Amino acid sequence: MKITIEEVERVAVLARLRLTAEEKSQLTQQLDDILEYMEKLNQLETTDVEPFTPAPDTANVLREDAVTNQPNPEALLARAPDRDGTFFKVPKIIE
Amino acid sequence: MSLAALTIHDAGEKLRAGEITSVELTEAVFQRIAATDEHLHAYLTLDREAALAQAHAAGARLRTNDAGSPLLGIPMALKDNFLTQGLRTTAASKILSAFVPPYDATTVRRLRAAGAVIIGKTNLDEFAMGSSAENSAFFSTRNPWNLDRIPGGSSGGSAAAVASDLCLSALGTDTGGSIRQPAACCGVVGLKPTYGRVSRYGIIAFASSMDQVGPITKDVRDAALLLEAIAGRDPADSTSVDRPVPRYSDGLADNIKGLRVGIPKEFFVAGMQAEVEQTVRLAISELEKNGAVIEEISLPHTEYAVAVYYVVATAEASSNLARYDGMRYGYRADAKDLTETYRITRDEGFGAEVKRRIMLGTYALSAGYYDAYYLKAQRVRTLIKRDFDEAFKRCDVIVTPTAPTTAFKLGAKTQDPLQMYLSDIYTISINLAGLPAISVPCGFDGDGMPVGLQIIGNHFDEATILRLAHHYEQATEWHKKKPKIKIEDR
Repeated sequence: MKITIEEVERVAVLARLRLTAEEKSQLTQQLDDILEYMEKLNQLETTDVEPFTPAPDTANVLREDAVTNQPNPEALLARAPDRDGTFFKVPKIIE
Repeated sequence: MSLAALTIHDAGEKLRAGEITSVELTEAVFQRIAATDEHLHAYLTLDREAALAQAHAAGARLRTNDAGSPLLGIPMALKDNFLTQGLRTTAASKILSAFVPPYDATTVRRLRAAGAVIIGKTNLDEFAMGSSAENSAFFSTRNPWNLDRIPGGSSGGSAAAVASDLCLSALGTDTGGSIRQPAACCGVVGLKPTYGRVSRYGIIAFASSMDQVGPITKDVRDAALLLEAIAGRDPADSTSVDRPVPRYSDGLADNIKGLRVGIPKEFFVAGMQAEVEQTVRLAISELEKNGAVIEEISLPHTEYAVAVYYVVATAEASSNLARYDGMRYGYRADAKDLTETYRITRDEGFGAEVKRRIMLGTYALSAGYYDAYYLKAQRVRTLIKRDFDEAFKRCDVIVTPTAPTTAFKLGAKTQDPLQMYLSDIYTISINLAGLPAISVPCGFDGDGMPVGLQIIGNHFDEATILRLAHHYEQATEWHKKKPKIKIEDR
């Protein structure tokens, strides 16, 4: 096995996903199949190969640090699941 | 023939000659939708009132300004991962099922400025993750050539809508084949431009190093016209490249004599449907008859592309989809504390394939696995790009099948994610290398399902692949075939 159910549980916490017992066991099997397939990458010797980077002409795009949009807080707050005046309202973070 | 069956360029001529109006054209499209979309399920959201207002406005512009954009007054569809101000945008996900964007994607803004009429938003695999449009949280789109088959994915709704005249053309996005494979499955033209050719601003992000916007159209000329309208530098997307946008439609008829066409031997191997291979081989001889020079080439790392893609794309997706936390917009579940709210919101908001990819990507980026998976995949990605760099020293374009099979039956691959991933085996490496490629119809299999021919170009050489595709199309009749939607069979 490339991946265990305990690892799936650990990754689900990192990914902020809650999974049912059935989802965990199904995902363990499916991820195991996929990771097994990915093993083929190890057939290739790549020590001297640089990791892929996009074309150099897209690097370091700079612009003036000036406001170019028209801020509209109401348009954004209106889409929040919960708000309190001009604040996004979220569940309690500190006990 | 319904006006909805027209191409952009034919409709444009009739609009300018005053033979038809944009309102008549738009009404014809909505009539077609009313008659067939309950069977096809191509659209998630329609916007009739706004579309008719845009058509009236286009009519006024047509009467005063006969130059105008070729898109002026043309009814178009958008995949539902393009942000549209004031019009619901879901990415076919429950987590965004009620989301109304506060702004337009740059490409949408460009279409509106050109006077295009936006009909509505088309179905897709949730967050563009899939090859069959079955991963939509709402419903599966059907293939107009056979309602029991998938339309391809992820831009399945856009391809089905174009093929069955539910719009004149559509925009899609392509991260691993999501424009080209559905275009092939539905018998229409689909173009994925070079990475950086078209702005991604306002596209719901999936894998940012590969996502690209492109047209799905009824013929190659329309694809050229649409690309001219959407391409070019956008200050809001720092990966969009500042290069002049050629008048692609002007060069379509230019000579293809002596054009060097590479055929990669690694693409013609076991696992491919025999009729797809025969059809594509016939298309290659047609190119040869028209003056192209055919040469066998090698892309030796082809077999690693799917593995590389599902590391890189899922890693980027796991990061991009972290924004769906239920705090600022979208769905939120009620739970006792913040972490539980995140976890339950995301559990209830995302579908199975999206969760699978977030899990895989999170795993590949996690401590202890980053070097073995993510870094390894990015190194092999360099090898894949080098293969293409070498190939383009010897040839001008590369020709392959778009997909290993024609459209399969609904449900055939939903239980086996790996088999579903392998549907993209011929399209994925192009995204990994950032190249442009087009799929054009090149025939049918024994069940009457369309086959697509993929033409791959060098970086920013959309002009050459469009030209070759146009010559092939003019020499054949495939693009003129229309599906007869067999509702009575069901």
